[in-house]
Amino acid sequence: MKPSKEQQLWMYEHMLLSRYFEESIETIYMEGKTPAFNMAKGPIPGEMHLSNGQEPCAVGVCAHLNAADVVTSTHRPHHVAIAKGVDLDRMTAEIFGKKTGLSGGRGGHMHIFDAAVNFSCSGIIAQGMGPAVGAALSRQMQQKDGVAVAFLGEGAANQGAFHETLNLAAVWKLPVVFVIEDNAWGISVSKSASTAIERNSQRAAAYGMPGHFVPGNDPLAVFEAAGEAIERARRGEGPSLIEIETYRLAGHFMGDAEGYRPEGEKDALFAKDPIPKLRAHLHAQYGWTDSDDAALVTRCNARVDSAIAFARDSAYPAPEEAMEKVFV
Amino acid sequence: MTVATKERKLTIARAMAEAIAQEMRIDEKVFVMGEDVGTLGGVFGNTRGLHEEFGSVRVRDTPISETAFMGAAVGAASDGMRPIVELMFVDFFGVCFDAIYNLMAKNTYFSGGETPVPVVLMTSTGGGYSDGGQHSQCLHATFAHLPGMKVVAPSNAYDAKGLMTAAIRDNNPVIFMFHKALQGMGWLGTEKDAIVHVPEEAYEVPIGKAAIVREGSDVTIVGITSGVHHGLKAARTLAERGISAEVVDLRSLVPLDRDTVLASVRKTGRLIVVDEDYHSYGMSAEIISSVAEQGVTLKAPPQRVAYPDIPIPFTPVMEQWALPSPEKIIAAFEKMQKMETR
Ligand SMILES: Cc1ncc(C[n+]2csc(CCOP(=O)(O)OP(=O)(O)O)c2C)c(N)n1
Repeated sequence: MKPSKEQQLWMYEHMLLSRYFEESIETIYMEGKTPAFNMAKGPIPGEMHLSNGQEPCAVGVCAHLNAADVVTSTHRPHHVAIAKGVDLDRMTAEIFGKKTGLSGGRGGHMHIFDAAVNFSCSGIIAQGMGPAVGAALSRQMQQKDGVAVAFLGEGAANQGAFHETLNLAAVWKLPVVFVIEDNAWGISVSKSASTAIERNSQRAAAYGMPGHFVPGNDPLAVFEAAGEAIERARRGEGPSLIEIETYRLAGHFMGDAEGYRPEGEKDALFAKDPIPKLRAHLHAQYGWTDSDDAALVTRCNARVDSAIAFARDSAYPAPEEAMEKVFV
Repeated sequence: MTVATKERKLTIARAMAEAIAQEMRIDEKVFVMGEDVGTLGGVFGNTRGLHEEFGSVRVRDTPISETAFMGAAVGAASDGMRPIVELMFVDFFGVCFDAIYNLMAKNTYFSGGETPVPVVLMTSTGGGYSDGGQHSQCLHATFAHLPGMKVVAPSNAYDAKGLMTAAIRDNNPVIFMFHKALQGMGWLGTEKDAIVHVPEEAYEVPIGKAAIVREGSDVTIVGITSGVHHGLKAARTLAERGISAEVVDLRSLVPLDRDTVLASVRKTGRLIVVDEDYHSYGMSAEIISSVAEQGVTLKAPPQRVAYPDIPIPFTPVMEQWALPSPEKIIAAFEKMQKMETR
């Protein structure tokens, strides 16, 4: 299943949106936090996990999904949220803790919920997997169309929830796809120090489902593998596991000194940045010109800038609103 | 402290790491495991330097498999080792609580005392820096409620070192809850009063003994970790108004030093409990009912200053509003005064 030109351009556009969004957040995050880095300060307080470099995972999978499909993501959610079509203005406002945010500032960056496009995420490792399986079960029971996709990191594949949900999904033949974004690091612990097998996709065999490994952080290859898995799920043939080789170009969280990274690793990763690679591919394949590119970049950047302006201009909630929405 | 003592101010994080290192030097059975406790030295710095000194056999990074390594800590402890395990944020207890309260806390009892479980489980608590509802909780009472494990929660570096030493030497499971904002990590904002003189030599702060950190005669303010510092600040403001507040630092939640609290409340006749854990069903209720059960005559109804019964909101305007504070303690005192004169 090869992506059409339109699908490739969609993927490229959403990678650009995501990258510029994260770079903007990165800059704004530091406002008010320096000279001595203080996590509590500035317009975006709290922890911040950026997804620069991991865009291929999000776009290659979400290109096959519509708003009715369910996605659960992780503590590193922005790229997936953007590709899933989460309201960018309200997501940005949420990250800024504003009243116009998706939850009115209650959830924050690690707890983005957008019911309109069936997106949610969790700061607890691997815990999005159960809800994805549950959404798939609900769809199966109601004979409703749609699939569920659970994103997770390679570190999360060592959680109990990973093994339990894979088994459950397979036993019940649920329309769910598990997507591992393998960026090789769980905070400071390397994959090789935490995982005894080389490829997490091999674990699928233990649960009786197909496992695909997608090398090279390549959005087009992700598109193909995800397409097969999602079609299989839509046909009612059950779950699949996809493992994507990807890179985290940023620290685990902002403020991470990354002392655990081997010398030169970051430079090597930047040299393989998937965005210029896809741009070059579009150029070679479809004659994508510099002016085409400049126009798209301008449009994406303007979209993000406007979301940030919306967030900045929005008011904070009243403190007492903290007491609302516990029960509805 | 004698004049001759050289001041050596340490953060809680460094005090904890120092206690662990000292115990590891004298007892080969002590080892540390958890996520990012190795080369990174723990995300809150409380294992810093240990990997360099003791290597990766005794200071081991684990996969993100809490059920596995909590259960393994119980097994290793039952087989003669003395593991220290870190649960990075207390909020993550949900993925591994079975190993904690159904194994760690019960195996000694099930074995008729034959198989002690000398585990130290250290875990971070507390919010105030907008990390959202899954990374900001205190959950003191959740751990204190289930029998079989001791629970400590220091408010300063001196107590942290002494309680860690005592915890490692204790034959029972000890949950060591340290508040992030007291760790002395610049990036989380820091309570300066938590950074105090810490003797170089090893010493124990007995588990189960509260401390009177400020003497007073008009009201007893009982605090846990951050609550102690709010209490001390409130006491200073109250002193300016001629009111003398006594501040009790609970330090240990299990066993609970009810005697020290009772003696203080008998003296002052008024009680405020400050806990960053949730308001209802918590340590604050436990302390107030412990006093009530003894029939102590109070001059005013006791008050609790705790986190409202809501998941912790992300945005600073809401979170700061919801957190306990010195102002809320003073407001609680004023409320007591009004009820008294009625
Ligand atoms: C149950 C649980 N344990 C530990 C953590 C702390 N933690 C947050 S992110 C992380 C590393 C996750 O690694 P991975 O799953 O590979 O995702 P990545 O951060 O690389 O995207 C850890 C250990 C957590 N949030 N939840």
